[in-house]
Amino acid sequence: MNLTRSGFLRFLTAPLVLLSRRRACAAPNRRWALVIDNRRCMQDAGCSACIQACHRAHNVPRIPDARHEVKWLWKERFQNLFGAEAVPVAAQNRLALALCNHCDNPPCTRVCPTAATWKRPDGVVMMDWHRCIGCRYCMAACPYASRSFNWIDPKPYITGPTPDFPRRTKGVVEKCNFCEERLAVGKAPACVEACPERSLVFGDLNDPQSEVRQLLNSRFTIRRHPELGTRPSVFYVV
Amino acid sequence: MSSEHSASRLYYRAWIGALSVLIAAGLASYLRQLDYGLGLTGMSRDVSWGLYIGQFTFAVGIAASAVMLVLPCYLHNAKAFSKIVLYGEFIAISAVASCMLFIFADMGQPGRVLNMIFYASPRSIMFWDMISLSGYLAINAVCAAVTLRAERNELPPPAWLRPIVLLSIPWAVSIHTVTAFLYCGLAARPFWFTAILAPRFLASAFASGPALLLLILRAAGIHIEPGARGKLATVITYAMALNVFFVLLELFTHFYSGIGHHPLPPVFWISAVLSTAAFFLLLFFRRHLIPACALTFFALWLDKGLTMVTAGFNPSPLGVVTAYTPTAPEIAIAAGIWSAGALLATVLFRRATAVRAYGSTEVVEEVLI
Repeated sequence: MNLTRSGFLRFLTAPLVLLSRRRACAAPNRRWALVIDNRRCMQDAGCSACIQACHRAHNVPRIPDARHEVKWLWKERFQNLFGAEAVPVAAQNRLALALCNHCDNPPCTRVCPTAATWKRPDGVVMMDWHRCIGCRYCMAACPYASRSFNWIDPKPYITGPTPDFPRRTKGVVEKCNFCEERLAVGKAPACVEACPERSLVFGDLNDPQSEVRQLLNSRFTIRRHPELGTRPSVFYVV
Repeated sequence: MSSEHSASRLYYRAWIGALSVLIAAGLASYLRQLDYGLGLTGMSRDVSWGLYIGQFTFAVGIAASAVMLVLPCYLHNAKAFSKIVLYGEFIAISAVASCMLFIFADMGQPGRVLNMIFYASPRSIMFWDMISLSGYLAINAVCAAVTLRAERNELPPPAWLRPIVLLSIPWAVSIHTVTAFLYCGLAARPFWFTAILAPRFLASAFASGPALLLLILRAAGIHIEPGARGKLATVITYAMALNVFFVLLELFTHFYSGIGHHPLPPVFWISAVLSTAAFFLLLFFRRHLIPACALTFFALWLDKGLTMVTAGFNPSPLGVVTAYTPTAPEIAIAAGIWSAGALLATVLFRRATAVRAYGSTEVVEEVLI
């Protein structure tokens, strides 16, 4: 038998090649992402349509005491989101949206002792409010302050509850769920739909034809704290 | 019955009474917290861990410090420690029990605590903390119970106990290392994100734990051989030296790198100054060992029990500084849990002194009752 060098290497690597072909043949993975076009967003003029839509759809309580506040989507100063050095001086005090980044490498799911928060294959970082024991380790681990805890019973602070979505009990952590309940029926997230300026673009990062992918290809975008290795799925056009 | 004995009996009853009152007050506050939610405490969206987790961390250190008696006694055959090693194990048992209560008090949904087992997640450091703490409790309970029984029967401890005792040495190191890993693995919190956190935890534990033991033995009027006392003082001094050294290492990196994006809280500095003072007291004024132990314990409690946890949350990732002040019910719950630990330790100590007093008249003079 005449064994050549390249033939020998092919023989050694055959299982790897087979494995990679199988992965390539499998159904393409989705990875949901949100691009926030901050040039279009008119929040400084007092618009908060996205926040209202989100908080109404998800029964987020409006608690006046800032210590006990629960928020999924909110406005934050640019310099607080990205650090003062990351943005031009003129833009530092501008407001931008803050929400769960649905990280590709989320620290919150890593620390959860009960897997009450986990990342789906499509990138959505989920929460199970029936499993959460309220240890708040995920809040300590999140570098974006995206998580809220129900320090008190939220029910008295929910105005006009949406019956389709569960209300939370006291003692559990919650956050933005990328509207997984809407994604399941083929709808875009509530905030994206509510924006009058169409400044929020949602789509599949792995689809080269998707609007988010094309925006990322053509625009300069930034993510929050890329140095921490979390790889957020929320991008900002500045 | 001499008047000295009736006086000590009175002290004992007052002590048990005071602990019972504190436990009852803590329990009442806990029922309120259970009803209202953790909003009853001073914690907030930004400072989401507070007094409970701080006390938990400190108590883990107290538990781990039993190794400073076990190691010299069983590995180096330090005969001086053979009588007090049991007390070290009792303190460890009580401290681990307090740890578990602190974690329980901090949970938003305590009824779901078994989810930690049903949905065990080995990727979470909290899972490993649960394993190491419960294992440590079991090891110490077995060691202490078997040693005490052997002593009562005036027999040497059985040979099978030795491997378990030796296992408790690395296990003690592990409980505080894993507890440090809870914090120092989080890139989101620069104040905790330092590889020296676990060694610092251990050094401060090995100073504060034996210091507490000496204070307790003095308060309970339990006789300790001068040799053991001197050796313990040496352990405390070395551990305190290491602790001060590690804090200096931390400060060097913090300041020389010029990054220092997290301000160091005032209590951190107070604790650093008091620790240094305690170190010099231990080094040069060995005659005043009890005040030195008290200062050691207080300085390290300020650092680990009061500052370390909340400093990690300030400023928040969004740059906001939120003041944290524990509320009265929160303090009552924490005091109640410490009292429960102290009550357990008292009961265990009393059992040991009773066994040791039996049939030996010269020891009975030293015993509490």
